Amino acid sequence: MIQADLNVILPELILAVYAMIALLLAVYSTKDKMGPLLVWSTAGLMALLALWIAGSGSGNNVAFGGMFVDDGFSRFAKVTILLSAAAVLVMGQDYMARRGMLQFEYPLLVSLSVVGMMMMVSAGDLMSLYMGLELQSLALYVVASMRRDSVKSTEAGLKYFVLGALSSGLLLYGASLVYGFAGTTKFEGIIQVAQHGEVSVGLLFGIVFLISGMAFKVSAVPFHMWTPDVYEGAPTPVTAFFATAPKMAAMGLFARVMHDAFGNAVSDWSQIIALLSVASMFLGAVAAIGQTNIKRLMAYSSIAHMGFALMGLAAGTVFGVQAMLIYMAIYVTMNVGTFAFILMMEKDGKPVTDIASLNLYSRREPGKALAMLVLLFSLSGVPPMLGFFGKFYVLRAAYDAGLAWLAIAGVVASVIGAFYYLRIVYYMYFGEEGDELDRNSSPVLWGFLMASAAVMVLGIINMFGVEGAAAAAAATLVN
Amino acid sequence: MDNILSIVTFIPAVAAAILALFLRGEDEAAQRNAKYVALFATSITFLVSLGIYFEFDPANTGFQFVEEAEWLIGLKYKMGVDGISVLFVMLTTFVMPLTILASWNVRSRVKEYMIAFLLLETLMLGVFMALDLVLFYLFFEAGLIPMFLIIGIWGGANRIYASFKFFLYTFLGSVLMLVAMVAMFADAGTTDIETLMTHTFASNSFDVLGIHVVGGMQTLMFLAFFASFAVKMPMWPVHTWLPDAHVQAPTAGSVVLAAILLKMGGYGFLRFSLPMFPVGSEVMTDLVLWMSAIAIVYTSLVALVQDDMKKLIAYSSVAHMGFVTMGIFSANQQGIDGAIFQMLSHGFISAALFLIVGVIYDRMHTRDISAYGGLVIRMPAYALVFMFFTMGNVGLPGTSGFVGEFLTLMGAFQKNTWVAAIATTGVIFSACYALWLYRRVVFGDMIKAGLKTITDMSMRERVIFAPLVVMTILLGVYPAVVTDIIGPSTEALVANFNQSLAAADLTPATQTVSH
Repeated sequence: MIQADLNVILPELILAVYAMIALLLAVYSTKDKMGPLLVWSTAGLMALLALWIAGSGSGNNVAFGGMFVDDGFSRFAKVTILLSAAAVLVMGQDYMARRGMLQFEYPLLVSLSVVGMMMMVSAGDLMSLYMGLELQSLALYVVASMRRDSVKSTEAGLKYFVLGALSSGLLLYGASLVYGFAGTTKFEGIIQVAQHGEVSVGLLFGIVFLISGMAFKVSAVPFHMWTPDVYEGAPTPVTAFFATAPKMAAMGLFARVMHDAFGNAVSDWSQIIALLSVASMFLGAVAAIGQTNIKRLMAYSSIAHMGFALMGLAAGTVFGVQAMLIYMAIYVTMNVGTFAFILMMEKDGKPVTDIASLNLYSRREPGKALAMLVLLFSLSGVPPMLGFFGKFYVLRAAYDAGLAWLAIAGVVASVIGAFYYLRIVYYMYFGEEGDELDRNSSPVLWGFLMASAAVMVLGIINMFGVEGAAAAAAATLVN
Repeated sequence: MDNILSIVTFIPAVAAAILALFLRGEDEAAQRNAKYVALFATSITFLVSLGIYFEFDPANTGFQFVEEAEWLIGLKYKMGVDGISVLFVMLTTFVMPLTILASWNVRSRVKEYMIAFLLLETLMLGVFMALDLVLFYLFFEAGLIPMFLIIGIWGGANRIYASFKFFLYTFLGSVLMLVAMVAMFADAGTTDIETLMTHTFASNSFDVLGIHVVGGMQTLMFLAFFASFAVKMPMWPVHTWLPDAHVQAPTAGSVVLAAILLKMGGYGFLRFSLPMFPVGSEVMTDLVLWMSAIAIVYTSLVALVQDDMKKLIAYSSVAHMGFVTMGIFSANQQGIDGAIFQMLSHGFISAALFLIVGVIYDRMHTRDISAYGGLVIRMPAYALVFMFFTMGNVGLPGTSGFVGEFLTLMGAFQKNTWVAAIATTGVIFSACYALWLYRRVVFGDMIKAGLKTITDMSMRERVIFAPLVVMTILLGVYPAVVTDIIGPSTEALVANFNQSLAAADLTPATQTVSH
C-alpha cells in the first residue's frame, strides 16, 4: 500500500530528498563555493523530472487516501513549474554569483519551494493543500530577502512574510469553515456537499475565505499589495522566479480547489472570480502607467495577466480551464524571456531598473531590442504574437460562459495596458541618445531571450502542441 | 500554382527575414543593399501578383485561389480572393515598389526601415486575402506594429504623440471587433468567412441595460465591427488620429497609410458588415449615411484652413473616405461599385499627392504652405504632375476621381436624396481647397529666397509618378477595367443583402423613399 503511494509521489520525493542531501553536503563541505554547481544540478534535475512527468503517460493516480492526486492537470502544471524554475535558476546564476549572493541555500530553497508547488497542484485535500502552500511560501519568504545587506530586499521579505501569514490565516479560516459545514477536508467529499443551489451560508463563507487566501497567492486585486514591493525589493533573479513558477502553481491550485471541491457549485463562485479578474486587469493596466522601474512595472503587468488567467477560471468550464492553462504557459514563457532581458540591463556592472536607461537601445543592440519588442507586443496581446492567442482563448471561454461583459472589460483593459508596454518600446526605439548600458553578452541570457521571442512568433503555427496537452489536462480536472 | 496567394503574401516577409538575419552594418553599401533587396522583393511580389489578376475569373462570384489548412482551436488558415478583394491586393502590390522608390533618400536605420515596410506589405496583403475571422484580425492588427515603428522612428518632430495616438486609437477600435468575433465564433461554431456569410445571426430585438436594441445581436455585432472600421477608415468623428499620423509619418509612411491602410476599413464593411449583419447594417444605415455626409462637408471645410500641406491632404482623404462609406451603405450596385472604385482611385491619387508633398519636402524640409510659391518657374514638370493630381483629387471627369464620386453619389441618391445633395456640395469644397493649395504653392511670384535654387523632379521621381498618372487616366477614361471585375461580386453582395432583409421582414429603405 505505502509502496504504491510512494510511487505516485516519486517526483516530489526525489526532489525533496535531493534538496536535503545537497543541503547536508554543502553544509559539511565547501559551502558557498558549491553554489554554482548546485544551481546547475538543481536545474538539471528539475528539467529531467519535467521530461519524466511529461512522458509518464496518462491516468489518474491517487495516493494517501485521496490527499494527493496525480492527474493530467497536475502533470501539465508540474511540467510548466519545473521547466520555468529550472530556466530561472540558470538565468540568475551569473547575476547572483557576481554579486556574491549565490549562497548554496538559494538553489535548495528554490527546489523546496518547487516541491511545495508540485504538492499544491496535486492537492486532493485541504490539509495537503495547506501543506504545499506553506512549504512553497516559507521558502519564497526567505529567497525574497536573499540580499541580506539590502534594506529593500529584507523589507520585501518581511512584507511578503507578514502579508503572506495574513493570507494563510484567511485561507485556514476558510478551510475550517468548509470543514465545519462539509464535514470533511477531502475535495471528493466536499464536492458531494457543495451542490449547486444548496450551498449553505457557512460553506459559502468558507469558499470566500479560501478564494481570498488563494487570490493573495496569485496576486489578484484586491490582494495584490505585496506584489510591486516584493518584485522591486527582491534580487532580479528571485523576482523572475516569483513571476513564473509560483504564479503557475497558485493558478493551478486555484483551479484545483474550485473545480475538484466546488465544481458542482460553479454559479456560487464564478462571479467572485469574475470580479477579482476584472479588478486585476484594470488595476494592473492603470497602475503600471506611472512606473519607471521595470521590475515594478512587471509586477503590475503580472497582476493584469493574472486577471486574464482568472477570466478563464471564472468561466467554470472545461474550456475555461484549458484556456487558463494555455494562458499561463504562454505567460510563463514570455516572462522568462522578459526577465532574461531585465537581467541583462546593467551599467558599470550594476543592475539598472529604470526604463529610461533603455534610450535608443535598439541602435546599439538591434537583435536583443527586436526580441524584447516581440515580447512586449506579446505581453500586450497584439497579434500576431502568441500572447494574443492566450487572450483569445480566455475571451472565448468567458464569452461561452455568458460573461460577455467580462470579455469586453478585458479587451478595454488590454488597450490601457498596451500603453506602458509601448512606452518601453518608445524608449528602446524612439528615445534620445543617453548614457549607454553595458554591452552584456551573457550567452545564457541571450539564448533564453531569443528562444522566448522565437516561441512567441513561431508558436502561432501550432503552439508546439500545448493546445492538445492543455485540453487533455483540463478534461481530467473538470468532468 | 495552388498557393499563389500565400506566395504573394509571404515574399515580402521572407525578404524582411533575409534582411534581418544576413545584412550587417550601417555603412553605405549595406544601406544600398537593403534598398535593392526591398525594391526587388516588392517588384517580384507585384509581378507574381499579376498572375492572380490574369487568372482571376470575374464571372465567378465565389472565392478563388482558395487555400485551406487546419489551425488552432478550430480556426483555419484560409486565404482566397473574390471580385471585391482582388483589386485591393493588386493595389497593394502596385503601390509598394513605388513607396520603396520614394524612400530612396532615407539615411538613418535603412535596414530596419525596409524591414518594417516589407512586413507591412505582408500584413496588408494578408488582410485582403484572409478568409478566416481570426486570421483577418491577426493581419489587421499586426499591421499596427510596423506602422507604429515607422511613424515613431522615422517621423517628424511630434512623432511620439502621433505614433501613440495612432496605435492606441486603432487598437481600442479593434478589440471590440475581437469580442464580436468571439461571439460570432461561439454562435456559428466556425470562423470561416465563407460559411459565416451564409450564416444568419439572430436579429430579434432585445434590451441591454435598459436600452432597446433594434436588430438585436446583429446590431451589436455591427457596432463592434463599426468601431474598428470607422476608426480605420477614418470616419468623422473618430478621424482625429489621421491628420496627426499623416503629418508626422515619413513620406512613404503617409503613402501606405493613405493608399492602402485606410482601405481596410472600407473593405471590412464590404466583407463583414453588409453580408454578415444585413439587419444590423440596415438599422444603422441612416446614421452612417449622415455621418458620411457630415464628414464630406466638415472635413472639406477643415481642409480649407490648413497651413500644413500634408494635413490638408489628410483632411481631404477623410472627405473622400466619406464618399466611400456613403456608397457602401447605399447598399445598391452603383453605390458599392462606386465605393470600391473610389477607394482604388483614392489609392492612386492620394498616394501621388503625398509623394508630391514629399518631393518638395525633401528639398526644403518644410510642409508649410506659406513657405512656397511660384514653383512653376523652376519646376515645370512638377507643376504639371501636381496639376494633374489636383484635378484627380477634385474629381475632374477623365480622371479616376470623377467616376468614384459620381457612382457613390448616384447610389446615395437612390437611398437618401438629402444625404446625396449635401455630399455633392463636398465636391465643390474639394475644388476650393485643392485649387487654392495649388495656387498658393505653384503659382504666384517666387519671392522666397530659399526657392531660387530649387531643382525640378529627378529621374527617379518621374519614374515614381508615371505609373500613377497612367492608372489615374486609365481608370478615368475606361472604368470598365475595374467595374467588370468587381461587378458580378457586388451584384451578388447586393442581392444577398436584399434577400436577407426580406427574410428578416425588413424591406430596404430605398423603397420607403420612393413611396
